Amino acid sequence: MAMAAAAPTVPICHGRRASPCSSKQVSVSVSVAMRAWASKSSSLSSSSSKSPRLVAAHATAVATKEAASTTSSSQGGHELLMFEALREGLSEEMERDPKVCVIGEDVGDYGGSYKVTKGFSEKFGSWRVLDTPIAENSFTGMAIGSAMTGLRPVVEGMNMGFLLLAYNQIANNCGMLHYTSGGQFTIPIVIRGPGGVGRQLGAEHSQRLESYFQSVPGLQMVACSTPYNAKGLMKAAIRCENPVILYEHVLLYNLKEKIPDEEYVCCLEEAEMVRPGTEITILTYSRMRYHVTQAAKTLVDRGYDPEIIDIRSLKPFDMYTIGESVRKTHRVLIVEECMRTGGIGASLRSAIMESFWDELDGPIGCLSSQDVPTPYSGPLEELTVVQPHQIVTAVENLCGKK
Amino acid sequence: MAKRMQGIMESIQTLCSGDHGNEGFMQDDEDEEEENGVGRLTSWAELLGFGLAVFSEAIAPQLQCFCDRTLGFAVGQGGSREAWIKAVAMAMSLVRKAVKKGWVGALAPAARVMSQALSTASEPITLDIPVPFKAHKVETPSVTVETSAQELTNFFKTMFIMRRMEIAADSLYKSKFIRGFCHLYDGQEAVCVGMEAALNDKDCIITAYRDHCTHLGRGGSVLEVFAELMGRKDGCSLGKGGSMHMYNKKGGFYGGNGIVGAQTPLGAGLAFAQKYLKVEGVTLAMYGDGAANQGQLFEAMNISALWNLPVIYVCENNHYGMGTAEWRSAKSPEYYKRGDYIPGLKVDGMDCLAVKQAVKYAKEYALQNGPMVLEMDTYRYHGHSMSDPGSTYRTRDEISGVRQERDPIERIRKLLLSNNIATVAELKTMEKEAKKEVEDALSKAKESPSPDSDELFTHVYRKGYGAKAYGADRKEVVVKLP
Repeated sequence: MAMAAAAPTVPICHGRRASPCSSKQVSVSVSVAMRAWASKSSSLSSSSSKSPRLVAAHATAVATKEAASTTSSSQGGHELLMFEALREGLSEEMERDPKVCVIGEDVGDYGGSYKVTKGFSEKFGSWRVLDTPIAENSFTGMAIGSAMTGLRPVVEGMNMGFLLLAYNQIANNCGMLHYTSGGQFTIPIVIRGPGGVGRQLGAEHSQRLESYFQSVPGLQMVACSTPYNAKGLMKAAIRCENPVILYEHVLLYNLKEKIPDEEYVCCLEEAEMVRPGTEITILTYSRMRYHVTQAAKTLVDRGYDPEIIDIRSLKPFDMYTIGESVRKTHRVLIVEECMRTGGIGASLRSAIMESFWDELDGPIGCLSSQDVPTPYSGPLEELTVVQPHQIVTAVENLCGKK
Repeated sequence: MAKRMQGIMESIQTLCSGDHGNEGFMQDDEDEEEENGVGRLTSWAELLGFGLAVFSEAIAPQLQCFCDRTLGFAVGQGGSREAWIKAVAMAMSLVRKAVKKGWVGALAPAARVMSQALSTASEPITLDIPVPFKAHKVETPSVTVETSAQELTNFFKTMFIMRRMEIAADSLYKSKFIRGFCHLYDGQEAVCVGMEAALNDKDCIITAYRDHCTHLGRGGSVLEVFAELMGRKDGCSLGKGGSMHMYNKKGGFYGGNGIVGAQTPLGAGLAFAQKYLKVEGVTLAMYGDGAANQGQLFEAMNISALWNLPVIYVCENNHYGMGTAEWRSAKSPEYYKRGDYIPGLKVDGMDCLAVKQAVKYAKEYALQNGPMVLEMDTYRYHGHSMSDPGSTYRTRDEISGVRQERDPIERIRKLLLSNNIATVAELKTMEKEAKKEVEDALSKAKESPSPDSDELFTHVYRKGYGAKAYGADRKEVVVKLP
């Protein structure tokens, strides 16, 4: 694991070329290393691949008490919650570039409904942290218009579901303007907000917008899942010249993790290796990552060796990382929160089958939410979403019982 | 004479209590009553009438008017069960007293009590609305409103039940029986109660997520509301909707909508259907001051004005769109004027009678001329939802100030007391009954079970679609969608 010394420039992880990141954070360096190892097709069944420290990064994110090697991030680092990480990333970018502004409902004085922009109004002023009326279609359109002329707005949807009101703006103007104008206009906008199935929020507030927007050409979509990648992806998204939709999850805002003190940016198009393995590739993102890792504990106990990849980049897919994994394990299971019909899993399944058919030993499994509006009742809502025991069963079916 | 009286009394008693045990007038067998309802009432009426006629003839001419009024009351109320029960109960106690103590001595106070209870229930009372209306491109309605003792009493009772229900919901949320989002309506009760007084079952109401009390006003029960809030089977949406998705088709209540402003075009659609199907009713499309800035509202207003749809846009202006005050989100916080070409009225939304008057006026207008905007100046005591403390963007003094000066329930209480419609003790009894009703509903709702697992797949489509739904892993559960 070659790790460059902390460089004065901001480290950006260009994962594909397996170049090392100068971040001391274990998870990133591990992901880079894993990719390097994968490309050399080296065996990963050595005990080091299963050592606790490789899962420690995310383990702290779920506040479990596994042997932590976060001491290896010996620069110190600081612990914070996911929404604070997002806040930090956003704040750093706003300090760095005066053209970055935040637009959304109750982002200013109220501090954001999930406290992501708390304190921003005092720090940056009300012209850079705009409290809008409840008019999603219009203020998203406004943000796109201002992006066309050089600003870098960050649009917050109080809940991603509300951005359905702005679908036209996002699809037609945000996604397609660069193309239809022959490259004249770039839309360096970031659209972010919490989505996904929460705790009994009702059907209209439990939407998974990634499945609706994935078809729009010109958009990039990323989903954060840990405080580390939340901050990194936020920064990367703001610096990106393309329109990026950053999907946060309502239930992940209080995840705690230690992140580095020094500045870092994650790569938007890169997937994250959560747990290297040999037997089956489990692809997941956002909240389902935690259901998968919980199921993985049971699976490991039963003798399986799953490789867990958090795909992070929902559009475009990191087919390099995924492909390398498929070549190694030959079995794939996708675990997602989208509905079965037309979700990210459906597209991913199709993409893998198309590109890696020869590598597959069997059909690609896909666990998704039910094709129903999310019911309010607690037990019914649990049935709607994939649960860890279903993941265990699926892996057992795909890999054979042990 | 006394013997004759006793005879009459006994007959009445036998009729009322004999068939149905000691409950007397309270029928156990609802079905039987429904079937023979008309017959039984007629015979009670006849008996009562006969008894009272003899009574009045025998005793004193000064009771004549009281007896007439009694009959008139019961019949005038359409022979409702409550009315008859009350009438007969009062007559019974009166007769008993008269026979026991000697007529004249007991009759006068008894007559007074009965007279007071029954007489002016439906007699009109005229009152003036203290806060004047403000109008935009239309005449203001009169500030003199006609009401009755019964109506005011009903206002009080209904609003009190609603208030207790919302406060119970608050503690249910804190004890995690209710999860997710819960938007409470306390402080704004006068709007939906006043509206109902001016509407009938041909009218439709659609509102946003602050809908618990609106559901109640449209004929829902407290049990349905609590059960739905807790996600149980007995909820109005079978536990699948939750706080923000309460509906009542029979009562003409179309929700219950989660996305701010999305209900306004729906409301225009309801009005379109009413006009298309020639139903003599209006639609009240309710929204808040936050939603008043939604584009779809203006689109709906334009279309409904163009096609003269019988829709009334009711803006419940509680001055805060979650954390944003109205002056920070609207260039023109005069929401009743924002219909521009659509006329509007600004109404004191904490005054039931003002709301009733305005809605009555708007209904007449809408049926003739097309849409109208009503801005209800109201206030919510709780925060936007249970996740919002409600004090970061407004002061506690403001909240308690409104509560002291403009509380809708207190206003009606004062009216009831000052017009001698009820005494303090009677109001206390009503409050106790209301509290009990809410508590009973709550305990019943807590006993209600969660929906069954296969309810997950029902109502996605109408019956007969025949599609299959698999479990997450495509193998475990196979359910045929109904």
